[in-house]
Amino acid sequence: MEKRDKRVIIVGGGVAGMQAALSLRARGAEPVIVEREDRLGGKIAGWHKLFPTFTPAGEVLEPLRSRVAEAGIEVRTGRTVEEVTPTGVVLNGGERLDGAATVVCSGFEVFNARIKEEYGYGIYDNVFTTVDIERMLNEGCVRTAQGREPRRIAFLHCVGSRDEKVGAHHCSKVCCITGVKQAIEMKELFPAAEVLNFYMDIRMFGPGYEELYRRAQLDYHINFIRGRISEASQTIDGRVQIKAEDTLIGRPLRMTVDMLVLIVGMKGGASNGAFARSGGLTVAPNGFMQPRDSFLGNVASEREGVFYAGAVTAPKNIGESLNEGMAAAERVAAYLNL
Amino acid sequence: MKRNTWQEYQKEVADDNYYYLRSCIRQNFFPGSERAFVRILREELGRNLYDDPAHTSCTGIGYHSDVVLHDTIMTVVARQFALMKEAGYENAAVSCITSFGIYTEVLETWREFPEVEERIREHLYKATGREFYKPRNLAHTSDIIFHHRDAIRQRAKHLLVDHRTGEPLRGVEHIGCHYAKIFPKEGIGGVEFPYVLAGMIEAWGGQVVDYPERRHCCGFGFRNYLVQANRGYSIANSQKKLESMALYKPDFILTNCPGCGMFLDKWQYTIAEIEGTTYGQDGKGIPVLTYEELAGLVLGYDPWDLGLQMHQVDVEPLLDKLGVEYDPAAKYLMPNGRYIGRPEPAAVNMGVE
Amino acid sequence: MPQFGFSISQPRAVNLDTNDLVPAERILREVPELWSCIACGSCTATCTAGNLTAFNFRRMHTLVRRGEYREVYEQLQKCMLCGKCRLVCPRGINTRAVALKIRQTLCDY
Repeated sequence: MEKRDKRVIIVGGGVAGMQAALSLRARGAEPVIVEREDRLGGKIAGWHKLFPTFTPAGEVLEPLRSRVAEAGIEVRTGRTVEEVTPTGVVLNGGERLDGAATVVCSGFEVFNARIKEEYGYGIYDNVFTTVDIERMLNEGCVRTAQGREPRRIAFLHCVGSRDEKVGAHHCSKVCCITGVKQAIEMKELFPAAEVLNFYMDIRMFGPGYEELYRRAQLDYHINFIRGRISEASQTIDGRVQIKAEDTLIGRPLRMTVDMLVLIVGMKGGASNGAFARSGGLTVAPNGFMQPRDSFLGNVASEREGVFYAGAVTAPKNIGESLNEGMAAAERVAAYLNL
Repeated sequence: MKRNTWQEYQKEVADDNYYYLRSCIRQNFFPGSERAFVRILREELGRNLYDDPAHTSCTGIGYHSDVVLHDTIMTVVARQFALMKEAGYENAAVSCITSFGIYTEVLETWREFPEVEERIREHLYKATGREFYKPRNLAHTSDIIFHHRDAIRQRAKHLLVDHRTGEPLRGVEHIGCHYAKIFPKEGIGGVEFPYVLAGMIEAWGGQVVDYPERRHCCGFGFRNYLVQANRGYSIANSQKKLESMALYKPDFILTNCPGCGMFLDKWQYTIAEIEGTTYGQDGKGIPVLTYEELAGLVLGYDPWDLGLQMHQVDVEPLLDKLGVEYDPAAKYLMPNGRYIGRPEPAAVNMGVE
Repeated sequence: MPQFGFSISQPRAVNLDTNDLVPAERILREVPELWSCIACGSCTATCTAGNLTAFNFRRMHTLVRRGEYREVYEQLQKCMLCGKCRLVCPRGINTRAVALKIRQTLCDY
């Protein structure tokens, strides 16, 4: 077999892409990872600690990065993929990378909270997103916009998920546990603070998630109020006034908080449309890529030679994305007779 | 406030040749406002505006209180547009927010349900023999003043500045619910951070103050006000807003809806009578203005000519800050000198010593 | 004062800026597992009193946790302290103790 016949283009160098490349390398393929950022890691590179174990994100990323380096896998960082085909991809600037198969691991986009104008993200100083909180935790300094320690923090679930108004019918599924994790982190940083989670449903699908939810209630005294915040406004002292219905009581509820944290959901990748057009692939109604089917073909596309792994096809957690990296590698190996 | 999102919502506002659709209630509540609008457009801005005696109420109040049927109001709206076309105009300028909401909703209904449009076309022809027409441009008159705000600034006699201190005056705006809450795309700045009134205040030198209950309804709510026993609910809404804005010490409230302007003004009187509470400075009420009245003051019009003596909350504290000269003795005189009577002293205007 | 024919309506919202949460905190300290309630409604579904009257135990202890005590004490008189709710609670909350503590704590309200 020619070397070129073993070259597999991996679109995206997050956990799914790195794992797919490692598994392919172990099977004798020649994977090439194309990553739009300057280094491998994907979204997790911006996270602080991972649910439900509070494992530092680096403990997952660093082993993957160093194994990719040790395996001598070719990595093209700072490059975006504009076209996807079974026989390779076209990079920005028009350069073509040929391969015998393509694995699309381009992940998701974080929902842009500015679209939910009623929460005033980007307008009111003390409205944050869960992504901002991860960054602040990484920087080692969580403070209100006025530089003070927060005494009252409200988290709002389902921002950009399950919302007809923003064209997102899907559940982003990892946000519930993210909200619980960050609520606990806030409580550990500020034990005297009051932390509230406003939710419509709490969906704890993963191992250890429900247990963490219970700990958040019992050990950390985090208050869960069933009701979606309808609007936020800034008060004269720069705090945030919020309104919701306490649906369990059936009455409107209002309060003022020092920080409002919007638990933002996952959206389909911005490049999905371009990938679908160039590769003869399908974008599902939820904006993620449509796998061949949900069961036996969940890491395959409807096009021979194009495979998927990770959150490019649906919201997934890290473990699931890693597994799909391996599953996709196996399918590619079978396709290439490796 | 980083209030720049309004630029993402742009709507087309015609620059000239307006067909004026008046409000049925504004001429009672703010008798000088529509007159000031005509004067500003014709005399200050040199624009053409047709003031048609043949058009009627949009019947919106009847519609919202369940006494006018949907087909009836759509036919009335179709007649207004037919009259506009007959007069040779394409750009509707709507004075009332309720009407504006009705017109946008009816146009959207026709767009969404062509069979309804067809039926109304027939109703219109059977009832009046007129030809159905849809306007090229539909704008609320506050959109039109916003559109011309810089030209008004160029002709300004008074900027929104306290002439004694040089500090910008603090204005809070209140947007009528039916301006953009039905169709956010129909409002300048959308629904959450509308800019139509804020843009005027800023263009004329004032400072816009955001307050937590800015988006809350004034409480008019048609049946909530029209039924006397329900007015406790109506007034509670205005009270919630007034309590929220009072902390910011606003010099004036600016509104673009006839109902809101009236209620934010008259409920201040009522709350002061019932509870003794006032929300403005020195124990007085907060003056409430329409955008035409504010534009008129900026352009140096006489406050009594603008009808400001018809407000429940006295506007003199604002006039004094602006440095507007006025004749206190002329406040309750018609232009022909006839005395129109004066209201009883009210707690909202007493102030504290 | 002029007679207007109406009075100003009082706000109906639960206001967590002004509500007194001290009694609620006392109850939560005494029965800390109440923190883990997931509002499933099992207690209410099985409640002997709730099947005969409008008594809703889930709603009552949620009201307490929001500092809304006005109707709760009266309502809790309907509880027969039979303990059926405790048998069905998936979080193992001693709901009967919650009912007792609410009655003890809120007798002043």
